[in-house]
Amino acid sequence: MVEIVQRYPGQLDVPVARPRASMRRFMRRRSTIAFLMCLPLITIVAALIVYPAFYSIYLAMLSKAQTKFVGLGNFAYLLGRDTFWMVVEQSAIFALSAVFFKALIGLVTAHLVNNLPAKGQRKWRGMLLVPWVIPLALSSLGWWWLFDPTHSALNWVIRGFGGNEIPWLSDPYWARFSVILVNVWYGAPFFLIMYLAALKSVPEQLYEAAAIDGANAWQRFVHITLPMMRNIIAITVLFSLIVTFANFDIVQIMTAGGPRNMTHVFATYAFLLGIRSGDLPLGAAVSLFMFPILAISAVFILRGVRKRGRDMG
Amino acid sequence: MPRFGMSRRNLLKTTTVAAASIVSAPYLRHSYAAGKLALGVWDHWVPGANNTLTKLCNEWGEKNKVEVTIDYITAQGDKDVLTASAEAQARAGHDIMSHRAWQIQVHRNVLEPVDDVVKALIAKAGPISPVAEYLAKSDGKWFGIPTTVGSQVKPCCSRLDLYQQHCGLDLTKIFPNDAARDPKLVDGWNWDLYLKTAEQLFKAGVPVGLPMGQSSDAIDSTGAMFRAFGSVMMDEKDSIRVNSNETRAALEYFKKLMAFNPPEVYAWDDAGNNRWLISGRGAGIMNPPSAWAVAKRDNPKIAQQCWTHDMPRGPAGRFVGQLPFFYGIWSFAQNKPAAKDLLQFLSEKDQSRQLVAASIGYDLPSFKSYYDFDTWEKVEPPLGTVYNYPPRGDEQPSITGYPARPDVATQIYNQSIHTIMVAKVCQGNEPIDKVVKWAEGELEGLLRT
Repeated sequence: MVEIVQRYPGQLDVPVARPRASMRRFMRRRSTIAFLMCLPLITIVAALIVYPAFYSIYLAMLSKAQTKFVGLGNFAYLLGRDTFWMVVEQSAIFALSAVFFKALIGLVTAHLVNNLPAKGQRKWRGMLLVPWVIPLALSSLGWWWLFDPTHSALNWVIRGFGGNEIPWLSDPYWARFSVILVNVWYGAPFFLIMYLAALKSVPEQLYEAAAIDGANAWQRFVHITLPMMRNIIAITVLFSLIVTFANFDIVQIMTAGGPRNMTHVFATYAFLLGIRSGDLPLGAAVSLFMFPILAISAVFILRGVRKRGRDMG
Repeated sequence: MPRFGMSRRNLLKTTTVAAASIVSAPYLRHSYAAGKLALGVWDHWVPGANNTLTKLCNEWGEKNKVEVTIDYITAQGDKDVLTASAEAQARAGHDIMSHRAWQIQVHRNVLEPVDDVVKALIAKAGPISPVAEYLAKSDGKWFGIPTTVGSQVKPCCSRLDLYQQHCGLDLTKIFPNDAARDPKLVDGWNWDLYLKTAEQLFKAGVPVGLPMGQSSDAIDSTGAMFRAFGSVMMDEKDSIRVNSNETRAALEYFKKLMAFNPPEVYAWDDAGNNRWLISGRGAGIMNPPSAWAVAKRDNPKIAQQCWTHDMPRGPAGRFVGQLPFFYGIWSFAQNKPAAKDLLQFLSEKDQSRQLVAASIGYDLPSFKSYYDFDTWEKVEPPLGTVYNYPPRGDEQPSITGYPARPDVATQIYNQSIHTIMVAKVCQGNEPIDKVVKWAEGELEGLLRT
């Protein structure tokens, strides 16, 4: 953009006053004001996200004693460890299955809530959001009590009905199921609220036209609702994938990675190596392994969103 | 004009002597030593135990004109470990931090050597626990001072009534609450007898509960059992020794023993075994007297039947898991001389006696000469229940991971190699050879520098 400077007749160029005037002009620019207003946020992001991110990259390239630069040595070391590959597999199982079920439950529940009469809808919306607003550490602890290895409340109920106790946390496969279940319970309301907002933005006329054409409910869902929601589904899945891959609280509180390391995810394994075993560089390297996986999925998902945005526009 | 009363030579001499005496003088308890001292200390689970430590610190502070502030930091969620790691990275924080077991080795590069304090204590109190020395000494220097607060061993804590009723065994006879032990009876308390009684108790519906998860109670007791069979993972020269007949014998034994444990032991955290005993469903665990102390409060009938006693003996000896805690002075601490003086004061016998009493016998100092405190004789019910908590006979304190180099042993311990091996064999039904091979691979990886 070309800047137009207005000059008045008789105006002289005074060399001494010029910097002050240009400073004043600079300060009056919209972009400058916007930047200044964003500065506190930029500072916080830089201090709490950008700096730690770069520091962890630097840390991941140091030796165990943090005295020697080892380049990608820590990453190469991890690639050769069976336990690490088990953690990669478990993180993928944990994140993908949890996100799938959160999205599915969110979608179904959003439809149910959307079809409720307007009067009672607000109450249902509020109640269904409860899992998402309770601090995760607290709700995980509550779930842990329900799954307690010896005194599980759920098993007490199952026993009451004459069933056999379930080894919720002591059997590795049940333990995987339990941590995924808690993650789904916690995260599904986020999908619900996002999908509900998306559903409300679908023009009613489209459904009316489809109904006139004789489309049934499933056809309306497949040909109207889903295409209209595709972008919001993609973005929520991406966001949830990032958060779920980085999940720490649920696994740490409920199983701490056990039994037999079979519930460890990236974050808990990084904590085990970095903090508990005192190998911060290796812990940082584990946590950074998530980055390329998430970056690649983000690129693909966001490219799809942009493409659909262009097609619709 | 009056002449200055000191020659240049004299002035130089005086200043040199003064400077040298300031530099070399030990910390003196005078007003010049006054200042501030900040402690980050493990938050004791025994109600009131923190008050005694605070009282002792204040007493010392008043006497030495030093303002002492204490932050009690919980070990829940490893908050104490996290705080210490953050302070070590930031090179700022408290002057003194308490560290659990391996953390001295983890932070030794940012800890002040404390040889002077430890040597003075040893000169006064006699030999120190070899486990404490192994954990706090690096390259011949001490970097941590073993604390009384929090330090513990994990011997058996058994139900007298259930052992008597189902196994016909009077544990008070084998391990009486005085020095009059019958060596023959003590010798008979071995892992074979333990297995036999475990089976009897299991059949009676009150099994023993050995945690086999990835928490410290599980790691400590399992590591001690491996050592009792003569199995070590790695020696001090980095040779991997897990592939041995001793390891196979230990795993074979575990295979039999774990069949008589409740299946949920693989998911127990450090409180799991305590709850098991307190609920009345179990006949025995391996733990410091915390389970008994909580039972005394919540289920006194159970507490009346609890008896803490030695671990069984194995082919290679009788080992008990020990977990010492330490105080470390950061190299960036502001008031190092005062910190050393306070820690020496807290570690002396009189102060340790008060701290042990405040913890109702849970805290176990690292000096054997301190085992004559009357707290362990007096606490009840039943009278003398924790008399045998300090290792008094042939029980040898041990830490899982020993004798590997401490920085490798830290990983062996924290990555729960022992308990995972047992769980793979006993829960996962994997062949012993395959599990030993897995452990070899893991140990090889731990040698990374």
